[in-house]
Amino acid sequence: MKQKYEPLFSCRNLRVRIEDKEIVKGVDMDIHAGQKHALMGPNGSGKSTLAAALMGHPSYAVEGEIYLNGLPMHDLAADERARQGMFLGFQYPVAVPGVSVANFLRAALKARRGQEIPVREFRRELMNAFDTLDIQKDFAGRYLNDGFSGGEKKRLEILQMLLLKPDFALLDETDSGLDIDALKIVSQGVNQVAGPDNALLLVTHYQRILQYVRPDVVHVFMEGKLVRSGGPELAEELEQRGYDWLETSTTATARG
Amino acid sequence: MKASPITDLNQDYKAKYGFHDPEEYIHKAPKGLSHEVVEMISRYKQEPDWMRRFRHEALDIFLAKPMPKWGNQELLGSIDFDNIHYYLKPQGEQASSWDDVPENIKRTFDRLGVPEAERKFLAGVTAQYESEVVYHSIREDLAKQNVLFTDMDSGLREHPEIVRKYFATIIPPTDNKFAALNSAVWSGGSFIYVPPHTKVEIPLQAYFRINAENMGQFERTLIIADEGSSVHYIEGCTAPVYSSDSLHSAVVELIALDSAHIRYTTIQNWSTNVFNLVTKRAYAHKDAVVEWVDGNLGSKLTMKYPAIYLMGERAHGEVLSVAFAGDGQHQDAGAKMIHAAPNTTSRIISKSISKGEGRSSYRGLVKVAKGAENCKTSVECDALLIGEKARSDTFPTMEIAEDDVKVEHEARVSKLAEEQLFYLQSRGLDIDQARLMIVNGFIEPFVRELPMEYAVELNRLIELEMEGSIG
Repeated sequence: MKQKYEPLFSCRNLRVRIEDKEIVKGVDMDIHAGQKHALMGPNGSGKSTLAAALMGHPSYAVEGEIYLNGLPMHDLAADERARQGMFLGFQYPVAVPGVSVANFLRAALKARRGQEIPVREFRRELMNAFDTLDIQKDFAGRYLNDGFSGGEKKRLEILQMLLLKPDFALLDETDSGLDIDALKIVSQGVNQVAGPDNALLLVTHYQRILQYVRPDVVHVFMEGKLVRSGGPELAEELEQRGYDWLETSTTATARG
Repeated sequence: MKASPITDLNQDYKAKYGFHDPEEYIHKAPKGLSHEVVEMISRYKQEPDWMRRFRHEALDIFLAKPMPKWGNQELLGSIDFDNIHYYLKPQGEQASSWDDVPENIKRTFDRLGVPEAERKFLAGVTAQYESEVVYHSIREDLAKQNVLFTDMDSGLREHPEIVRKYFATIIPPTDNKFAALNSAVWSGGSFIYVPPHTKVEIPLQAYFRINAENMGQFERTLIIADEGSSVHYIEGCTAPVYSSDSLHSAVVELIALDSAHIRYTTIQNWSTNVFNLVTKRAYAHKDAVVEWVDGNLGSKLTMKYPAIYLMGERAHGEVLSVAFAGDGQHQDAGAKMIHAAPNTTSRIISKSISKGEGRSSYRGLVKVAKGAENCKTSVECDALLIGEKARSDTFPTMEIAEDDVKVEHEARVSKLAEEQLFYLQSRGLDIDQARLMIVNGFIEPFVRELPMEYAVELNRLIELEMEGSIG
């Protein structure tokens, strides 16, 4: 059991620079076990940069602190953060030609669990996850994201989350490029993963996915800062009124 | 970041392949090249007079020809032809049972896994040690089908009519300086003749081992696949690690008669003190298929451009190659396709990986002769650079003398992409695992074509080469 009185995930005064330009300008966030948060903001506000920085992108200059289950993550490389239980669902998953989905997943599972997964057990888990996300079995033999449609890539991201069972998952624009059926399936996968012992941060431009994945807390992120936090009704307000009415100068603290 | 990768590689290479036996030779030619050395080799082998004269003429051609003016001039210029032994006969006679091979030579091939591979999945094996084949065997069923598979010297003695008909017809000594050198001092190599409509389903293998320091190995291979037959030949090679250079200069001629199929697979893993300057060429007659599957991992400098002359209608040629150049290595490899008949097709896929200060070059020629109508050819060159100092060059040439030809050409150079690494790392793979996965994926189209045992071995070698970090 995780200790409920401490946040499962938090960051303090997080700042990110890319080539001397400050993109994320001091973000504080606490997310407790069992919670789903949404981070919403207009295009170009730095949402994806924030998500990649939290995961440990090697070419970003990052200041501030990041904690998972009370352990500092900010000095760890991306792969160490992943093994500790962080996960990033990519907006644009990268193709790795010549590497089959099955081989990649088996290596990732081994890294996450710290031990080899017997072939038969791996196959069973994989096929279950394929069923959940309505993925064809021949997916396993295809090369990782190579020639995949946008929808296939997003399903594969959620599939990885299902298998790796992260403590804290960042999902960057998982809803973009999905038709309504795919969105429902992907949302179902997200809801299946979400439980009392883990937490999610959905990074999104639209509130479309939030009709299927109900957030506990919604943050508005503009020009590198969190400008407001609230309940799910904030997402609906954003849908109706857009982002313009929010003053970027008001800095909200975001404690869930 | 960990220690430099090249030390990791060499340490392992030394233990696994880079050891050497004490030198025990029946005959060791003094260093240097002359008509006396050529005469001695020919007399020692008790060759027919035509071959003796062929050697002497080839030596004159070698001496007259200048060094190539292209390629890596610095490395080519550093070859000291006077500091090489051109012929070395190890102790013992050629054996057809490993028990009859001299003990330390047998031990060497045991360490290299040759007898084990033979038991598991090969139809025939020759094992060459320095200048001579010390072990040879072919499965009985193939011998009964009159498939000829011997070392080249035995081929010349036992089947002079076939050898004289085809020898040096594809690659004459005048072709290039190193073909002339091989023609003058050749020794060992394989001779294969597959009778009409005979399919050799299981691969034949030759393993070439250099043991002595400053050794020159000049094997000569001739493969003839008669009408409608097929054969797959695999060669591997290694050498001890020495501080001074050795020279390997082979000539390989393939003849695929009408509707025949030859596949020739090479896993070249010389130590990094070996110059590997090889001429390989095939004739594919009507409806024949020739495939070169060429992997270059080792050597200091490799210059090798397997060629296929598509001589008859509907012949098909493929070259599928992978080169890996680490620190201090230059893999100058490529392919040549000559479309000399109508309706012929060809495909070249060349993949290179340059790591650290390694350098790889693709040098290729596609030629469609006048009258060779309705040909199709595609060339795909893919270079992967790992590290800031890694280098890759591409020198493609196309000479198309017909209009009705379909040509596709693609060339890509990519750096090991940070976004790929981040993606894999975000799933828990550490940086070395992530790099290895990307590289293995990159060469997968090549590995897929290898027999399973070789694919496993190649992946293991790549893993060693990738060990440690690149600053």
